[in-house]
Amino acid sequence: MAYTENTRGMYSEILTGLQDAGLFKQERYIHSSQAADIEVEFPAGAPLKKVINICANNYLGMSSHPEVVKAAHEGLDSHGYGMSSVRFICGTQDIHRTLEQMVTQFLGTEDTILFPSCMDANAGVFEAVLTKDDVMISDRLVHASIIDGIRLCSAMHDTFKHSDMEHLEEKLQLHNDKRLKCVITDGVFSMDGDTAKLDKMVELCEKYDALLFVDDSHSSGFIGKTGRGTHEQYGVMGKIDIITTTFGKGLGGASGGCVSGRRELVEMCRQKARPYLFSNTIAPPVVAGVIKVLEILSASTDRRDKLEKNTEFWRKGLTEAGLIIKAGDTPIVPVMLFNAKLAQDVSRDLYDQGIYAIGFFFPVVPQGQARIRTQISAGHEIHHLEKALEAFRKVGKKYDILGKSKQEIIERYGM
Amino acid sequence: MDEMQEIIKNYVIKEYVEDDTELTYDSPLISGGIVDSFSMVSLKRFLENKYNIAIPDDKATPEAFDSVNKICALVREYVK
Repeated sequence: MAYTENTRGMYSEILTGLQDAGLFKQERYIHSSQAADIEVEFPAGAPLKKVINICANNYLGMSSHPEVVKAAHEGLDSHGYGMSSVRFICGTQDIHRTLEQMVTQFLGTEDTILFPSCMDANAGVFEAVLTKDDVMISDRLVHASIIDGIRLCSAMHDTFKHSDMEHLEEKLQLHNDKRLKCVITDGVFSMDGDTAKLDKMVELCEKYDALLFVDDSHSSGFIGKTGRGTHEQYGVMGKIDIITTTFGKGLGGASGGCVSGRRELVEMCRQKARPYLFSNTIAPPVVAGVIKVLEILSASTDRRDKLEKNTEFWRKGLTEAGLIIKAGDTPIVPVMLFNAKLAQDVSRDLYDQGIYAIGFFFPVVPQGQARIRTQISAGHEIHHLEKALEAFRKVGKKYDILGKSKQEIIERYGM
Repeated sequence: MDEMQEIIKNYVIKEYVEDDTELTYDSPLISGGIVDSFSMVSLKRFLENKYNIAIPDDKATPEAFDSVNKICALVREYVK
């Protein structure tokens, strides 16, 4: 079919509709490396502005760590730029297997398989290990990539209320006639920053003979005393059947992901997972970079310890300023504004003050729960956080939201 | 109002409504965003267990599950 004027008009109308609804996403061009201090061109064509980044998933500050950059250079020199093949034809190098073994050891699992991204891992894993005789029971707030993976799988699907263990147990009873039951959750939920109750979930899965799947993308490298993830924090290492995670956040920030867990389930992915079978795996320089990240994190907990301290400082500072934050202890700290326009206005004003933080609103979060999601990094120094707090105080004062309750903010700005 | 309407409405409220949304027998459940299509499976299984029926998958559509009244009509087709 030719791309007619009518077709063009149809798409233009859809895009205009997104703009009118305030849902149109615009990229901001960063001219520097990813770090606490970045230089941003926004809007396109505007002069570069130096800002403090408090919305990256760069939890451990590894994205531009000199040793990681050096390792990636060396990987590029020794193993080349790309593989021009999927893994099972001629796309597997020694370093791919080395990384799989290192991740297995780091997460305390039985085996690991790399994927081009965690999005791909989540898209491929369910279809590879479950059939129409099985059921997937997922938390209602799991990440979009898990939802896509569930859609691609022929097993029955049901949900339980977010973090509601009684409801999960009801669902495990309801579906007890199925061949396999797989309980599915995020480790840390990316929008609210809360953690799954993995100790309770393991108990329930053992009681009802169910598999447990955890996406630990927002945890790996820094949650738990040695940063292994939410399974370490809840004392259930070795008891999670499938962990997926990303190398695009705390573990270096470049790209790539994996499925790690029971040996047979990982092997099922190697035989059947379509994003693994039909896509090139992680490029050699990135593999070399992630190997270095894991070496650094295995040798010392300094970075996750610093992140923990920064997070405490940040949460305390926002609370003392009179802002409403979601309770928790992870470096994902949502500042609740409830109203979508208010979230966008506060984000813009923060940017004017040199602070880069983004507003999230419906449909990314439920209606009436608009927020600025802040994310703290070990790459932040206290002076970064102090400057960001000062900006929040200034902007919060402008909109008269400091010390105000949820009800008062909603009364003034609406849902 | 009959007993089936009330039983199904109460199940939907307990299972899916997490705020103070008020539900009528004609409230749009799926198209209104109260029940996501992923969660329909538990509603289907509840109905099958409660009324001892089997609803074919091709009849358990989002349209057929879109209100308490529509669900009642569907269930009555299979209750002997």
